[in-house]
This record gives sequence, structure tokens and C-alpha cells, in this order.
Amino acid sequence: MNPPVGYRRETRGAHPPYEHPAYAGTHKRTPRHAPVRLEHTLSEITGPHFPRERLASGENDLTHFDGGEALGERIIVTGRVLDEDGSAIPHTAIEIWQANAAGRYAHAEDVHKAPLDPHFEGIGKVVTDEQGMYRFMTVKPGAYPWRNHHNAWRPNHIHFSLFGPSFATRLITQMYFPGDPLLALDPIFNSVPDRSARERLIATFDIEVTVPEYALGYRFDFVLRGRNSTPTAG
Amino acid sequence: MSPLQTPSQTVGPFFKPALVRSGDESLVTSRSRGERITIEGCLLDGDGAAVSDAMIELWQANADGRYDHPDDSQEKLLDPDFHGFGRAATDELGRFRFHTIKPGSVPGPGNLLQAPHINVSIFARGLLKRLITRIYFPGEQLNAADFVLNTVAPERRPTLVARNENGALRFDIVLQGVNETVFFDV
Repeated sequence: MNPPVGYRRETRGAHPPYEHPAYAGTHKRTPRHAPVRLEHTLSEITGPHFPRERLASGENDLTHFDGGEALGERIIVTGRVLDEDGSAIPHTAIEIWQANAAGRYAHAEDVHKAPLDPHFEGIGKVVTDEQGMYRFMTVKPGAYPWRNHHNAWRPNHIHFSLFGPSFATRLITQMYFPGDPLLALDPIFNSVPDRSARERLIATFDIEVTVPEYALGYRFDFVLRGRNSTPTAG
Repeated sequence: MSPLQTPSQTVGPFFKPALVRSGDESLVTSRSRGERITIEGCLLDGDGAAVSDAMIELWQANADGRYDHPDDSQEKLLDPDFHGFGRAATDELGRFRFHTIKPGSVPGPGNLLQAPHINVSIFARGLLKRLITRIYFPGEQLNAADFVLNTVAPERRPTLVARNENGALRFDIVLQGVNETVFFDV
């Protein structure tokens, strides 16, 4: 077998470090040893398919649940999943979760005293099409307090989980909204070292995506690590 | 201009209903080929406290050492009943458990066989990006020559090898401090 062609490494400054002093949750969970660099082998350039049986039940509308309609500002989020060469990543799953419009998750351990919405579960999943496009509808999530420090509030955000084509391309991230005053104060958002990289986590309002008389539209592209042009060392 | 990588962010504390389903911790069906194994462990933080809000994912080759993926072009059989992906949330005591098969060997650099191993991703609140490690198997002859194990300082290698315990393979993951697990930059 020919040596495998590996994936590009994390771009410097584009991803958070493990240790981020302003985010208290990192203090006891950050390894003291630097991670050991691994040349890419078959183990890293292959990766899981999202379980096929789960893809069968696409859930691209989060605004209806348990026989009713969710409260809040309806939004459409759409964009593409690309690699660093700008090539579309088709047929890849995106798992989605978020707080409701009041800033409360439908999760037993969320103790924020904001109302639950019986018609909003805050869970979805979509699969990109041939052009790497995805689209789903939800309500804009509310901000919520999180006790990281005095008067700490998470900015409005939606969580995403993506696999891409390999073990190396796995990504879990969060999408934020333009103009949110909490962004400047949020240790998680600001854990990303480069300002330009942080800004890539903010969706763009798009009047063309907005559906008249129905929902505001936002664009957000995901860019996963691309492939090297030559085989890995060894 | 080429597009730039989307930064990682923490999975946070509220992912379980969205990401983890009962049954995801079993990678096998009754028809999967290979030696059945159970992997059990505990995820611990720098104080030795249980990490009860984490997600652990496995990715592995089948019993013949073939990944169910188009970029694995080895002439080995695929197993229609084994796809190699599993997922589990840790419980209130930081415990996790997977049911799978022992993977076969896959090639490494220079077409030397790697020792059998399972690729592991760890996500949790407080982890701004995933941690990556590997599970190796006790008493495996190929361990001594494995290029990844040999990249790691000898005194830290044991953190990558599961041990036999009560009919299962025990693999604890320590995020920080004494006996800290070896993590990889992939």
C-alpha cells in the first residue's frame, strides 16, 4: 500500500489552547504534558461515517416539537461545509443543539431559572448535499448565565458537531451571532487566539436567506482541515 | 483566497440528549466478526475527581485490520456488521463502557504493522478542543515495535495500554497530573 496522504495540521492561532485561565473549566482538565505529535497513518486519515440509521430521520426543523410550535424569533441557518481548498464536503452529518429562546436547555442538569418550552427540544441534525450545503430552521437561542465568574453570561450560540472525511477532521464548535455585546466578555469565544479566527465563528445576517413574513436568515460556513498534497513522512 | 479553518469550541455540559444515545457504546452486533471485548474505564481530572460530563468516541479497524472507509485500500475483508465507530457519555462516577471487538493490525510508516489499537476522542466541558489518545492491548507482541508507542517516553507508555480486569479491559483516562494519560496531536 502507498503511504497515506495526511491532513493538514491545525492552523496556528485558529484553535484554542487547552489551558485558558479565564475559563475556569479548563483548570483541572488541561493536561500538563504537551500532546505527542503523531504522523498520520491509516488510523487518522480514515474516520467514521455517521450511523446511517440516524441519517434516515433528518431533523432540519427545530421549530416544531411535540405537536406545537416553539416560542422565539424564527431563524434559518444555512451554509456550506468545505475543506481548506474550498472543496465541498458532501453527505456529511452536522449534529446541532442549543438553548431555547429564553436561554434554557432541555437538559436535566440545566438549572437556569428560565422557562422551558414544551415545543422546543433544541436538537437537530442535517446532512450536506452534493455541493456541501446545509440548511435548517430553529429559533434564536437566548443568552444564559454560567457562573464561570461574577455575572458571566454566554452569548447567544448554537453548538455543532461535524465529522468530515476522517478522524483528523472531527470538529465540535459553536456559532455566534453578529453584534452580540456578550462576545467581548466571553472566555470561551475569546479562547481562540486570533481575532480573525474568532470572527469566523460569527454568522452573517443575510437578507437573501431571510424568508419574507417568516424567518430571519443567517449564513455560516464550516471549514474543516484539508488534505496535504504529498504523503506523510515515513 | 482559500477558506480558513473553523475554530474548535468546547462541547459544553448540555450535549448528551443531542449526541449520545443508548446503544452507541456497542460497536458490535451478534454477527460481527472477531474477539468480543468490553472496555471499561474512568475519566478523572487533575484532582482525581470523576469527570461526569464527558463524551468519549472510539474509531477502530475491524477484526482483520481494515477500516470501513474509502481511503483504506488494503486487500482485507470489510465486515458488513462492523463499522468501527462508538460513542459513550461518562456517568456520574466518570465511568464509561464499550462493547466491541479486538481490532486487527493496520499498517504504519514503511508498511510496518502497527500494534492493534483503538483511536479515542474525548470531549467535555473545560476542553476547548478534543483530546486524542489510543488504547493498546496488554500482552500484544507488536507493542514493542509499535512506532507510536515508541514515540512516547517509556515511563508514560503504560498509560496507553489497557489492562485485564474481571474479564474486561480496563482503560482509565487521567486528564492531568500523576499518571496523566498520553494525548496526541493529530
